[in-house]
Amino acid sequence: MSNSVIRFRSALCRGGVLLLATAAPAVAGDGPADPLGSVMWEALRDQYFAGAPVVFDGRVKVMAPTSAEDTRAVPLSVDATALDRVVELVAIADLNPFPLVLRYHPGTASPYIATRIKIQQATAVRGAARTADGVWHVSGVLVDAAGGGCSAPPASYAQKDWADHVGEVQARLWPAGDEGTARLRLRIRHPNDTGLVDGIPAYFIETLSVSAQTAGGSPELARIDSLEPVSENPVFSLDVRPPPDATALILRGRDNQGGEIRATIPMPPPDARPAMSLKAMDPLRSVGQ
Amino acid sequence: MRASLLRRLALGTALTVGLLSGAALAAGPLTYGLKPTRIAPDTYVFEGSTKHFTRSNGGNILNAGFIVTTDGVIVIQTGPSRRYGEEMRAAIRRVTDKPIRKVFISNLHPDYWLGSQAFTDVAIAALPGTIAGIEEEGRGIADNMYRLVGDWMRGTEVVVPTEPVLGSTVKFGDHTLRLIPLHGHTAADLMLLDETTGVLFTGGVVFCDRTPTTPHATVADWLAELDAVEALDIRLLVPNHGHIRPDKACVAQTRDWLTWLDGTLRRAVENGLDMADALELPIPERFAVLDVLREEYRRSVAHLWPKIEQDSLPRVN
Repeated sequence: MSNSVIRFRSALCRGGVLLLATAAPAVAGDGPADPLGSVMWEALRDQYFAGAPVVFDGRVKVMAPTSAEDTRAVPLSVDATALDRVVELVAIADLNPFPLVLRYHPGTASPYIATRIKIQQATAVRGAARTADGVWHVSGVLVDAAGGGCSAPPASYAQKDWADHVGEVQARLWPAGDEGTARLRLRIRHPNDTGLVDGIPAYFIETLSVSAQTAGGSPELARIDSLEPVSENPVFSLDVRPPPDATALILRGRDNQGGEIRATIPMPPPDARPAMSLKAMDPLRSVGQ
Repeated sequence: MRASLLRRLALGTALTVGLLSGAALAAGPLTYGLKPTRIAPDTYVFEGSTKHFTRSNGGNILNAGFIVTTDGVIVIQTGPSRRYGEEMRAAIRRVTDKPIRKVFISNLHPDYWLGSQAFTDVAIAALPGTIAGIEEEGRGIADNMYRLVGDWMRGTEVVVPTEPVLGSTVKFGDHTLRLIPLHGHTAADLMLLDETTGVLFTGGVVFCDRTPTTPHATVADWLAELDAVEALDIRLLVPNHGHIRPDKACVAQTRDWLTWLDGTLRRAVENGLDMADALELPIPERFAVLDVLREEYRRSVAHLWPKIEQDSLPRVN
């Protein structure tokens, strides 16, 4: 898509907002109007960012497809690395029965998280980053979708032995690259059931913490508060900063029924290369944008 | 600056008005305007768009066909909706008054069989895997088409093919058809080679100047299907999506795309890229000839990435 089309669209958005503001000034809430025009914005803002200053900020990059091919696992990444001193990231899908997807406490890690989420219908999907001064920086995209991602039963239940595999962890750590962060990918076997299917209780991972194993202790590197909309068998990509003397990473987690998750992730082999980055690629070589 | 914004707003209004009058036009009776093209002796194709399903094309993105034999008409695919099937049958009637002898459905994707209501008085043949796929997923596939193309689907219901077929060579009057069962594009792909004319209906196995779709694909098996096409002696290749050609150039094109797609996603997984980033990976210049390129590429990331990733990550507990 050309830049002029993007500019044109953004002018249309602004135009739409102007018209709305003129027609109904009484219903406008506090703070800036939502560039995505979502009917849920003001309610969600008050619920999740209560009282805190909120700005729409394009430096928070949210990536998700414009159309969801599989509403049970829509890829989503929130990247706030362009901001300084980010202490928390949240992801929100406005029109989900559970809008809050996750809260990420990056600690010493980079303010970047990617996962896959369930989407119940076409919706605004947002990433928000709280900086140390207490301001929430919000950005997002619209994702079109057929219905039902949150209320579909997990595919795991079709396998007789699914319960034997809950909590199995697959993981890989890549060495730190130029930016000093090491890509960590986690995949955890879990139904991550929303509880919306009649008679089946909610069953999902609630917390995941990554720490470093060192001779002097095990400092926490990052923590995820994960919620219902995260996909079945969740996958997370994080960019962590293991201390130089780390001998492994430790993953500890718990689901809402008290099930524990624990795994030891080995350091990358000496000949491994850092993870690739889309930023390093030349978009001019591409067609079909 | 302000003048420029006003101009853009004015343009926006003009566009909106344009869209509204377009919608008003579309509110008239919907019609696909199907016109058969004669591509070989006794052989006709209804050439569809190379786009994705939209509310303006009503799902007409396929090359349905028919062969007029001395033993009746052989129909190949019935289109995306009841309306398409009915229009197709009426258009066939304008070419010949011979009865419909048999319908063949190449796979379970929506545009191949949702027009079958217009042919329930004859045998509708498909591979057993296609019949099972339509029994299992047909309802969901139909629902999704209602969402994608809307009113064009009115009255369309699932019709499960009635006659399971296997690999065989069958004579219909003066034409000899070879039924070629394969798997890869979907779990059951039926190609039809008319040995009398040398016309090959590839179904979804070959795409031509249109990005291949992968919702039920196993790439390695699909590449083996392309080998099978290469081995055939043909005079004309009719892909279900894209251009009809007298050569096998699009077999190579389909192979090139699938090989690039699979290799690129595997390398990206192996090198730690995330799936959301993979949606934006650069696509080489040579694929610019494929229609709906970025859109289908992104759909393919959704279809293929999770399995590649699951297979590549080591267990750690």
